[in-house]
Amino acid sequence: MGKVLTSLERSGVFRPIAGPSGRYRGVLSAPEWLQLAEEIHQEGGRLLALWGTEADEQLPPSVHALWRLPHAVYWVSMHLGPDHLQYPSLSRLFPTATRMERAVYDLLGFTADGNADRRPWVRHEAWPAGCFPLRRQEGLQNQLGTAGDAHYPFFEVAGEDVHEIPVGPVHAGSIEPGHFRFSCVGEKIVRLEERLGYTHKGVAKLFLEQDLDFGLRLAGRISGDSTVAFAWAYVMAAEQVAGLQAPVRAQFLRALALERERLLNHLGDLGALGNDAGFAFVLSQLLALKENLLRENEHFFGHRYLMDYLTLGGVQRDLPAAACQSLLETVARLRSQLTSLEVLLAEHSGLRDRMVGTGMVVPERARAWGMGGLVGRASGQGWDLRNQLPWPPYDQFACPLSVQEDGDVAARWAQRWKEIYQSLSLQEDLLGKLPEGSMQATLVTTTLHGEGLGIVEGWRGEVACMLGVREGRLLFCHPQDPSTALWPVLEEAVLQDIVADFPLINKSFNLSYSGQDL
Amino acid sequence: MYRILQKIWQLGKVGKGIAPPAQKSLSNFCGTAAIRHVDAGSCNGCELEIQALGGPHYGLEQLGMGLTASPRHADILLVTGPVSRHMASALQATFAAMPAPKKVLALGDCACHGGVFAGSYAVLGAVDQVLPVHGRCPGCPPKPEAILQSLQELTCAAKP
Repeated sequence: MGKVLTSLERSGVFRPIAGPSGRYRGVLSAPEWLQLAEEIHQEGGRLLALWGTEADEQLPPSVHALWRLPHAVYWVSMHLGPDHLQYPSLSRLFPTATRMERAVYDLLGFTADGNADRRPWVRHEAWPAGCFPLRRQEGLQNQLGTAGDAHYPFFEVAGEDVHEIPVGPVHAGSIEPGHFRFSCVGEKIVRLEERLGYTHKGVAKLFLEQDLDFGLRLAGRISGDSTVAFAWAYVMAAEQVAGLQAPVRAQFLRALALERERLLNHLGDLGALGNDAGFAFVLSQLLALKENLLRENEHFFGHRYLMDYLTLGGVQRDLPAAACQSLLETVARLRSQLTSLEVLLAEHSGLRDRMVGTGMVVPERARAWGMGGLVGRASGQGWDLRNQLPWPPYDQFACPLSVQEDGDVAARWAQRWKEIYQSLSLQEDLLGKLPEGSMQATLVTTTLHGEGLGIVEGWRGEVACMLGVREGRLLFCHPQDPSTALWPVLEEAVLQDIVADFPLINKSFNLSYSGQDL
Repeated sequence: MYRILQKIWQLGKVGKGIAPPAQKSLSNFCGTAAIRHVDAGSCNGCELEIQALGGPHYGLEQLGMGLTASPRHADILLVTGPVSRHMASALQATFAAMPAPKKVLALGDCACHGGVFAGSYAVLGAVDQVLPVHGRCPGCPPKPEAILQSLQELTCAAKP
């Protein structure tokens, strides 16, 4: 551990957060904010989140960051003076901070000194500049319109043969909205610039003043494909505030839900990847398997995508012994079905031809970007909370860290297969060792007061939720999707590939728009 | 190749499907439609079910319906999400690009009434705030059977 971290820990600035080990909380001064960033950068750590919170009578305006080292997570805050809404930018060290700092400015008007990119990010032309919706101010609605974002200053690529292709926000397929500006020479992409924010729903403001139950419903809808991960991160944070742990049986059922979510998304993505490579057979085979799981989810858990399955203090419904048996049989059946399919596809030359060498992010670049999650692991970055910072019940199971070094679409494809099998084994363990007992602890939320941090390894990567509660109401809540830090990498991954490969590369990342736009 | 065909054969026909509408006549193309989907700020939950419709259990295309890449080919505009401010003009432009006759189906709680996002400064709260809505399919997300049924009802309803 470096000397800044050591001294911050010794001087008591960092205190361990209750619950699983390796989570810390601290409030820093401006010099410490930068020193810590520099040290984490030197140690190869990553920036998971950067966001701001508005002042009220008891809280000063603050910026917050969530840092990750292999075996520790730090939630640090820095208070800003009421007349000095500025803080030092981290964009020099951490390129993914650039957009996060732009978003902080758009929502709150806090300026990151040293961030050269002053363009709006989540703000589109529908808001006037200087209107900061997260600040407590009067007459916000009257200032907002619905104008399209027609004048965003994209970076221009100069050159005689360069042409631009604008795509979106409405895409040809049924995907989420966002704008992509390609600069091409012939078919080759020489630059891609993303313009996101189209699905911005003002989530941070919606959380304010709400009770914890509404907060949970909202957290489950930050990114629908990761509803279990967000709900778990949220209840983990809320239960921390309450000083309570969910019963062991509920923890196992939550993990089962999270692993089933992983499985569903990987199956869907593999199918869609095959389809984007022009091989519809893969999609129909895998969608059929996915649909069986969805129906099983509805039958045993009450919702096809497990929305609202997690509750504060437990889970919505119990799993009878017969259901466990049935789910175990599903796992075994699925494993054999998938194995035969994988062998067949691994040898398919047409599929290999599209995927190998396409959308390359070499490990060295992945490290520079601070990539984590599934796509990071496909580029040699070994980050997985289930292995490195396990929380109950993952601390009771072996979750080996698996990585690939190739960093292309084929690696992201292979990584998904690998994680599917791992997840199937984990589900067998969870079902086989499911402890008896209650599935719900009682939680009185009305008097709660404090802060909580929840973080889990969702199917994309680390999903986190940081919240503050006063008298049972949310003072703030920041949900963090791993997509935010991965979107900028996609811009680089497509370089030197052709425009026609973009859908395939984009699908191999499959990032959330809703989770990044908030 | 042989093994691929074998897999297709093994999978066979799955799902019960959905009954075609009772009165199908050439005059109104009841039950068939080209659908343009626009995500107007959804959490992507509804999109998962739209994707499921294309799978072998539901076989959207067997029913004479399909998702189109361009609004120029579309009869139905399928809208998800609480209509974020930033998507409102793109949504209206998509509708304007569709040839008449055309209908709008609001899909999911958010598109119907804003869902959990209702009241936010950043959303308009429902599709009917910006477009004429001819059908509503609530749910979070609505199940594929319900979506198919809403689509059929919309295409089989009397002409507007």
